[in-house]
Amino acid sequence: MGLLSSDARHDADLVPAGGPDPKGAEPGAPAIEVRDLVRRFGGLEAVRGVSFRVAQGETFGFLGPNGAGKSTTISMLCTLLNPTSGTARVAGHDVVAERAEVRKRIGLVFQDTTLDDYLTAQENLRFHAELYGVPRSQTGPRIDDVLRMVGLVERRDSLVRTFSGGMKRRLEIARGLLHSPRVLFLDEPTVGLDPQTRSHIWGYINELRQREAITIFLTTHYMDEAEHCDRIAIIDEGRIVAEDTPEQLKAGVGQDRVQISTDDDRAAIAVLHDRFSIDATISEGTVAFYVARGEAFVPRLFAELGVPIKSVSVARPTLDDVFMTYTGRTIRDAEASSSERMAAAPWMRARRR
Amino acid sequence: MDAGEATLSEAVREDVTRGDPSNATLRAAAHPARHRAAPAAVRVAGGRWQDDLRAVTMVWKRELIRFSRNRLRIITSLVQPVLFLFVLGTGLSSLMGRGLGSGATDFRTFMFPGVVAMTVLFTAIFSSVSIVWDREFGFLREMLVAPVRRGALVVGKCAGGATVATIQALIMLALAGLVHVPYSPALIFTLVGEMVLAAVMITALGTALASRMAQVESFQVVMQFVVLPLFFLSGALFPLHSLPTWLAVLTKFDPLAYLVDPMRRAVFAHVRTTAEVRTLFAGGVTWNGWTVPVGVELGLAAVLAVVLLAVAIYEFARTD
Repeated sequence: MGLLSSDARHDADLVPAGGPDPKGAEPGAPAIEVRDLVRRFGGLEAVRGVSFRVAQGETFGFLGPNGAGKSTTISMLCTLLNPTSGTARVAGHDVVAERAEVRKRIGLVFQDTTLDDYLTAQENLRFHAELYGVPRSQTGPRIDDVLRMVGLVERRDSLVRTFSGGMKRRLEIARGLLHSPRVLFLDEPTVGLDPQTRSHIWGYINELRQREAITIFLTTHYMDEAEHCDRIAIIDEGRIVAEDTPEQLKAGVGQDRVQISTDDDRAAIAVLHDRFSIDATISEGTVAFYVARGEAFVPRLFAELGVPIKSVSVARPTLDDVFMTYTGRTIRDAEASSSERMAAAPWMRARRR
Repeated sequence: MDAGEATLSEAVREDVTRGDPSNATLRAAAHPARHRAAPAAVRVAGGRWQDDLRAVTMVWKRELIRFSRNRLRIITSLVQPVLFLFVLGTGLSSLMGRGLGSGATDFRTFMFPGVVAMTVLFTAIFSSVSIVWDREFGFLREMLVAPVRRGALVVGKCAGGATVATIQALIMLALAGLVHVPYSPALIFTLVGEMVLAAVMITALGTALASRMAQVESFQVVMQFVVLPLFFLSGALFPLHSLPTWLAVLTKFDPLAYLVDPMRRAVFAHVRTTAEVRTLFAGGVTWNGWTVPVGVELGLAAVLAVVLLAVAIYEFARTD
């Protein structure tokens, strides 16, 4: 306690008034900086030493199956959960030692709605403005701004209980932006929404990136959503297994994905291994493997496999393939196995709520 | 809310805030290409007592808005005290009239302050337990992650609950004339003051209990093990005087008794009755034969209210 306050005083002395935020928010400093972050729940290590940086103005996605440690990480960055070890700085402030400073500078949109159903949209926003100390003279105009941004101006006086799921999520995004945070955290912003609403939400998020040039940190387990990010980190079983732009990650795979279904998948895998030196795996009920030029390989495959082939598909690399390359399974396979893990540890599920 | 918040001196904080370039400028510098008609970004200061006061006021206002939207709740929570006063009260009145020779004074006049206290008790508990509903529906999280002291949230919540309980009790107070209680300004003023004190004390108690309560179902437990005993032992329905020892001892531990008694003494100071009836109905709480003065009773209640509020803040600070 004493240490912290003398520290803050010291920093304030160093920087003349009117200079940049002494706590590291000067232009160029990372919006998020995470070092060796670990979180254990009893014997289970949900996050096992995660390190990454997010630059100001970047949209950074945390991609991984349910139970990979995404929500645990985001909770630590939002100061809702203390790390077991490691450090994290958000908007220039330490998430453990300077919790209140971090909270003032971040906006949060959770997986589950945190709106008051019995208040109107505007009242929910006003509540937030008052708690976050938005200057009185700016509260009204700022509420108008964010409502306009998410297209809810006409519904500002309606009770939130009359809103659809998509409208509630939009209102939550508006509320998360109300106090002009430096970093906006979106935990699975489109989970539980229908595809059309999902694409609307993404429309707002992309518009927001244009207009506010804010740093966005989001988690998702939808591959197509990760494509919207400037950079993504793929997280699996509590570790970051890859981190780059979506394009670079796909380019890194470099190979086409071939999926075949045969009468005897086991025999096909053996032949692929022996004759072609290809390691194939069974994924989503098909035999899947990677080759440099899929369209050239398929004719050889028909000629030399010796196992009847029922169907074949060749695809350019997607983020799914990136995930597969780094983890050895598709995200859907990973979710199936992680849901077994979750069932074995029901307290963990409660933790994630 | 946390150590950093509490220890940063205001001067330093202001330096930090002033030194903080506006978000829009900062972002424009970092991303000139993206800066296109950004809406005016606001600068959040926070951490000063004015900010806590704003939080308290807003949380309080929210309770009032929710209360005013729920007309059904206002009406249903008046049904019970009305039944007690006019059905149970009238029934007991006719019994008293025959048996005790105190027919000159309506037993409902005796019950009236008790029923007003009961209205405060039930409304205040119900309001404060709404924290559990806030948790259930997620809104509590919105409050907990805000950069304000938890204490401010608790104070706002208690102020809201106490205001709502006082308003409900005021509606009951309006019925005074029907049970021969005069609308004397001095009496009304005294009763309202005592109602507010009771409302604050009970709301703080409810908040302390609700802060760590995870499920809505636990409310039933609070009802059965806390609220009903508080109510029955308070002397709201029967005089605490000449009870069997075991019961008399229990009533002395009921904090609500020290609020029902001053309210009743105030009422009986304003109605015309015999000394005998006054002793029987408004004899006061005694400690080992000493009749506790009203000032001491109210002082006790005020101290307890502050202690309970402190417990509520402590408990709430530990919630997550």
